[in-house]
Amino acid sequence: MFTSLLDAVVAAEAQGATLAAVALAAEAKDQGRPVAEIRAALARALDVMRGAIAEGMTGEHRSNSGLVGGDAAKLRTGPAGPLAGTPFRDVLARALAVQEVNAAMGVIVAAPTAGGAGVLPGVLTGLAAAQQVPDDRVVDALATAGLIGAVIAERASLSGAEGGCQAETGAAAAMAAGAAVEMLGGTPRQAYHATALAQQGTLGLVCDPLGGLVELPCVFRNATGAAIALAAIEMAMAGVEFAIPADEVIDVMGEIGKEMDVRYRETAGGGLAATPTGRRLAKERLVQIKRS
Amino acid sequence: MVSLLDIIGPVMVGPSSSHTAGACRLGLLARGLVGGTPEKALLELHGSFARTGEGHGTDKALVGGLMGFRPDDERIRTALDIMEHEGLDFRFEKTTLGEEPHVHPNTVRLTVERQGRTSVMQGCSLGAGRVMVTEIDGYPVEVTGNHHTIVLVAQDVKGSVARIAGLLSDNDINIATLKLTRREPGGDAFMVIEVDEPPALSVRDAIRDLSWVKWAFRLDKVSG
Repeated sequence: MFTSLLDAVVAAEAQGATLAAVALAAEAKDQGRPVAEIRAALARALDVMRGAIAEGMTGEHRSNSGLVGGDAAKLRTGPAGPLAGTPFRDVLARALAVQEVNAAMGVIVAAPTAGGAGVLPGVLTGLAAAQQVPDDRVVDALATAGLIGAVIAERASLSGAEGGCQAETGAAAAMAAGAAVEMLGGTPRQAYHATALAQQGTLGLVCDPLGGLVELPCVFRNATGAAIALAAIEMAMAGVEFAIPADEVIDVMGEIGKEMDVRYRETAGGGLAATPTGRRLAKERLVQIKRS
Repeated sequence: MVSLLDIIGPVMVGPSSSHTAGACRLGLLARGLVGGTPEKALLELHGSFARTGEGHGTDKALVGGLMGFRPDDERIRTALDIMEHEGLDFRFEKTTLGEEPHVHPNTVRLTVERQGRTSVMQGCSLGAGRVMVTEIDGYPVEVTGNHHTIVLVAQDVKGSVARIAGLLSDNDINIATLKLTRREPGGDAFMVIEVDEPPALSVRDAIRDLSWVKWAFRLDKVSG
């Protein structure tokens, strides 16, 4: 697989191909598997993603601790805000839905991780529904997202314990932004800028879950991560370019992660987890889990 | 090498790839050491597994794995109830298995018993669902579950590796990695063989039939 997103963009441009096509070809070569088999696995992932969204939208899922759940349904049926009826609101609802299902031990696709699993399905399926994108192009978009995630895994990290939330929902936003731009007809170069625009918007984001549980703020970080991806997509497709190359933005995300204090890397020692309310809720809810 | 399908996957029961999917895979591997669902098990949780395991369903995922559920099996949610219903005697303890960084924060030691055989396995969850078994019955190992794996203890006799390798190639099974360790010269040899093709039970039994092999088990591939 590629370890530089720019290398993948240059390869795609030279072949007049998409990032998805060069990613699938590289994966087929690396793993010794036919492209059709890889696409079939990605199609299954897409089915699971859609299943999780449908489950989450019912509003019937509560997490183990009861801290999160039911908010995706509020965006679906609750009072209108200024963005009611737009894909933006729908994408937020979908991202919340997947993450609420995850917190309730439902079936999801870790993409790239379970804690950041809402962003990519939220953005891709939400925009695909709004623009009537056929499924085979959504599957291609998952391949593009996988390429971007693989580059991030190689150059930085995809683990909150190693790099904070910038490496989980931040990475997911970067993957979703690049993938969606290509899915919607943008060029590999535009996808490259979208990736950089999304990742830069999450630099420094800490991983601070209450009680160390993948619940709060994780569920909401997936919605705000999706919002950052949408901002990046809109800008990149309008022709906005980001002067720092995506590979360098990814590198610096990794460096920031390494310098991040351990309190901000999934240990519940800092950030929202260490607020007075965060500590109180974690204590109450963990007692509740032990009783249940 | 990073694979696209590692990034877009695994399909799993939430909420945590390390604390849930990884824990389930460790349970699946330990199950292989006694050739099926243990009748009795002691699960010693270390570090983050002990601290936040309950909130992440680590207990349910480990038990689910021991009962043969894969990480995407929704029965993991009710694994503790199923365990009770099946009359399985699984017990949890929180413990400290050593100092970090020698012991990974997400580590569990499983003592499993079935049909008169007992085995002890220690393993950790590395993140994104990836796992590493670090010790089996006191022998240091590195089993990832990315391959089908055969583990065996044999008397330290000359030509044992060649005999096993021949047996595998006769069955059209390709060896990916092979590691041999022993505690002292002439003592028991411990062999971990990762193979590309899933070995049939008959292959395991053929290995068991060798007079110098004390025991042999097949661990199924748990990832990919």
